[in-house]
Amino acid sequence: MDRETPEHLLKTKRGEPVTMLEAISEALFEEMTRDDSVFLMGEDIGVYGGAFKVTRDFLAHFGENRVIDTPIAEGGFTGAAAGAAHMGLRPVVEIQFMDFISPAYDVITNYIATSNYRGAGPMPLVIRGPVGGGNRGGPFHSQNVEMAFFHTPGLKIVYPSTAKDAKGLLKASIRDDNPVIFEEHKGLYRAPALREVLPDEDYIVPLGQARTVREGTDLTIVTYGAMVHKSVDAAETLESEDGVSVEIIDLRTLLPLDEDAIVQSVKKTNKLLVVHEDTRTGGIAGEIAIRVSEKAFEWLDGPILRVTAIDAPVPYSGSLEDYFLPQTDDVVKAARYLAAY
Amino acid sequence: MSDSTYGLGRTELHDLYHALCLTRAAEERLELLQKQGHVTGGLYRSLGQEAGAVGAAYALRRRNDGSGDMLCHTIRAAGALFLFGGELIDFFRQYMAKGTSPTRGREANVHWFDFEKGFVGPVSPLGTMIEIMAGMTLSFRLKDEERIGIVFYGDGASSTGAWHEGLNFAAVQRCPMILMVENNQWAFSTPTSKNTRVSSFTDKGPGYGIGAESVDGTDVLAVFDAVRRAAALVRSGEGTRMVELKYFRRKGHAQHDPQDYVDPEVIRMREKKDPVDLYRARLLDNDWASEEELVAIEHETFEVCRVAAEAAIAEPYPDGLDAVTDVYTDLTTPHPWTRGDSPDPTLA
Ligand SMILES: Cc1ncc(C[n+]2csc(CCOP(=O)(O)OP(=O)(O)O)c2C)c(N)n1
Ligand SMILES: [Mg+2]
Repeated sequence: MDRETPEHLLKTKRGEPVTMLEAISEALFEEMTRDDSVFLMGEDIGVYGGAFKVTRDFLAHFGENRVIDTPIAEGGFTGAAAGAAHMGLRPVVEIQFMDFISPAYDVITNYIATSNYRGAGPMPLVIRGPVGGGNRGGPFHSQNVEMAFFHTPGLKIVYPSTAKDAKGLLKASIRDDNPVIFEEHKGLYRAPALREVLPDEDYIVPLGQARTVREGTDLTIVTYGAMVHKSVDAAETLESEDGVSVEIIDLRTLLPLDEDAIVQSVKKTNKLLVVHEDTRTGGIAGEIAIRVSEKAFEWLDGPILRVTAIDAPVPYSGSLEDYFLPQTDDVVKAARYLAAY
Repeated sequence: MSDSTYGLGRTELHDLYHALCLTRAAEERLELLQKQGHVTGGLYRSLGQEAGAVGAAYALRRRNDGSGDMLCHTIRAAGALFLFGGELIDFFRQYMAKGTSPTRGREANVHWFDFEKGFVGPVSPLGTMIEIMAGMTLSFRLKDEERIGIVFYGDGASSTGAWHEGLNFAAVQRCPMILMVENNQWAFSTPTSKNTRVSSFTDKGPGYGIGAESVDGTDVLAVFDAVRRAAALVRSGEGTRMVELKYFRRKGHAQHDPQDYVDPEVIRMREKKDPVDLYRARLLDNDWASEEELVAIEHETFEVCRVAAEAAIAEPYPDGLDAVTDVYTDLTTPHPWTRGDSPDPTLA
C-alpha cells in the first residue's frame, strides 16, 4: 500500500517536537511500515483511533487486516495475539486502560510467558496501554500493573518516561522475540514539558538498559515513569536549597532490571532512594534493595529508602489521590533525610 | 385509544413519568455542573435509554430493609438506581467526588452501594457484576428467600469472559437473576456487530439454556411488562432469564466523545424515539394524565435536581488523610513517612 503518511505522523520528519503520545504513534506507524507482520488489535483502535488516539488514522492507512477493532475481550484478543505470534506475525495489542489487563492475566502468565521455555517457541508480541494516576480516574483507570507481572519469568516489562525513550523502546519491544508489557503513563502522554525533537532516523533504545538522567555524588535515586520527572524536580530543589547532589537513574525497562547501572551508581554515591508511583508493598523498591544488598552492601552509607504510593486502591477524589500518590515534596524530604544520615 | 396500562393505576403511571423526568433532569443538571467545573472525571448520559432502567426497576420489589430485590445498575441505568432509593444528592456528590458522598470520594459516579435499599454499584471492569449478582441471587436460593436480582450490562460487555462465566454459572445454578442487556448499538466507538455476530441477544439465551426476550427499550410500559413477567418466572423458580433492551445511545460514550463515527442522520432519526416524549404523549392521548399534572412533575423533578446539586456543591471534599483507612476492616495503612513534621522511615 503506498498511501501517504498522515500529516500528524510526520512531525519528526519535519523536525518538529512531539509529545510522548505522538512518539508512540510514530513508533507503531514506522514499525508497521517497516514490517508487514506487525499488526494491531484492541478496543476502539480503528475508527476511533484508540481511547487516547494513539492509532488515529492508522485504520485508513493500513486497512482492517492490520488494525483490528476487537470485541471487549482482553483475555480473548491477547490469547489470539499469542496464536498469531506462533504463526509468524508480530501483534501489538492495546489494552484500553491497563487496569483491564486482568482478564488476560491467565493467558499472559500461563501461556505467553512460558511459551519459549516449553518449547513452543518465541512470543514476539507487545501488550501496551495507558497506566498511572493523577488523572482523577479512580480505582479502575489509574493503576500501575508492572508488579502483577514482574514476578513472572519470561516477560519483559518496559515503562518509558520521555518521548524519545518511548519511541525507541517501543520499536525495540516490537522487534524483540519475547513478550513485552509496555506501560505508558497517561499523565505523560501529552505533557507539554515532555515535547522534544526526535532524531529523524530509525533508532531503537535497547531493552534492559537504564539511563542516567542526571549525574550526582551524594545520593542515587532509582526511579521510572512519571516519577522520573518528580525526582528531577526534587533534585533541583535539593541542589539549590541544600547543596545536595543527586544522581537519577531512570530504569526504562523494569524486567530485565539493569542491575549494573544501579549498583554502579550506588557504589559512587553510597546512598539509595527508590521512587515509584506504584504502591509500596511488593513494589520494585524491594527487589532493588535486595540486589543492592547482595552486590554493594559494603558501599552503603545509609539505609535504602523508598518513596511510593500508599498501600490502598487508587482513590478518585483529588485530595485523596494527591495524598495517595508520591509527591515531589516526599522525594525532597526523603532525600534530605538520607543526605543527612 | 385503548392502550394497555398493564394493570397500573393512575398514580403508578405518573410514578413512571416522574422517574423518567428525574433521570433526564439529573443528567442535564450534571452537564451543567460539569460546565461549571464541579464534576470530577467523565460524565455519562443515558439519553434515549431512560425507559429501560425505569421500566425494569419499577417491576421489581423495592424495599428499604434489606428484604427486597437486588439491583446492579450501570452508568446508563441511573433511573433504576433512583427508583431503588438511591438519593439524588448522593448522585451529585459521587460525580463531584465529595467527601460526603456514599463512597467518601473514593469511587466515582453511580458506583455506590446500599444493601438495605437493595442496590450494588458496579465496578468498571465489564462483566464482573454478573458474577457478583449470580452469587447474590444464589444466596437467595440457598436461603430460600423470595428475592431476585437484576443486573444491567451493555451490549459490549457481553464479549467479556466474566459475562459468559457469570451468566453460565447463574443459569446452571438456577440463580433467580435477570440479566438486562442494554443494547444501545454501540460500545464506545464499536458497533454491536463487532461485539457479537447475533443480531438479537435473545439468540444467546438458548446457548445458556435460559429464557430470553427482547423489548423496545424506549417504551417504558413495554419494558415494565417484560420485566414483570420475567421476574414472576424467575421468582417462581425458573432460574435465570435475559431481557434485551433495544434502543440507541444518543450521546457519545462519555461527554468527551463527540461520536463523530455515528451518522448524524441516524441520531436525528433516533431523537424521534425519545422515551420521555413518547410516554408523555401516551399519557395525554389516553387521558392517563393531564397537561397540568405532567408540567407539575417536570417542574418538580427539575427543582429537586437543582436543589440537590446546589446542596452538594456546598459540601466539602474529603480530607486527604482519609485515604489510609478502610483498606482492611481491621488495619490502617501507614501514612507516608515523609509526610510528618520530622520524617522518620522507621515509622512507615
Ligand atoms: C474489561 C473492560 N475492558 C474495557 C473497558 C473500557 N470500557 C468502558 S465502557 C466500554 C464500552 C462499553 O460498551 P457497552 O457494554 O455496550 O456499554 P454502553 O457504554 O454502550 O452502555 C469500554 C470498552 C472496561 N470498562 N472493562
Ligand atoms: Mg452499548
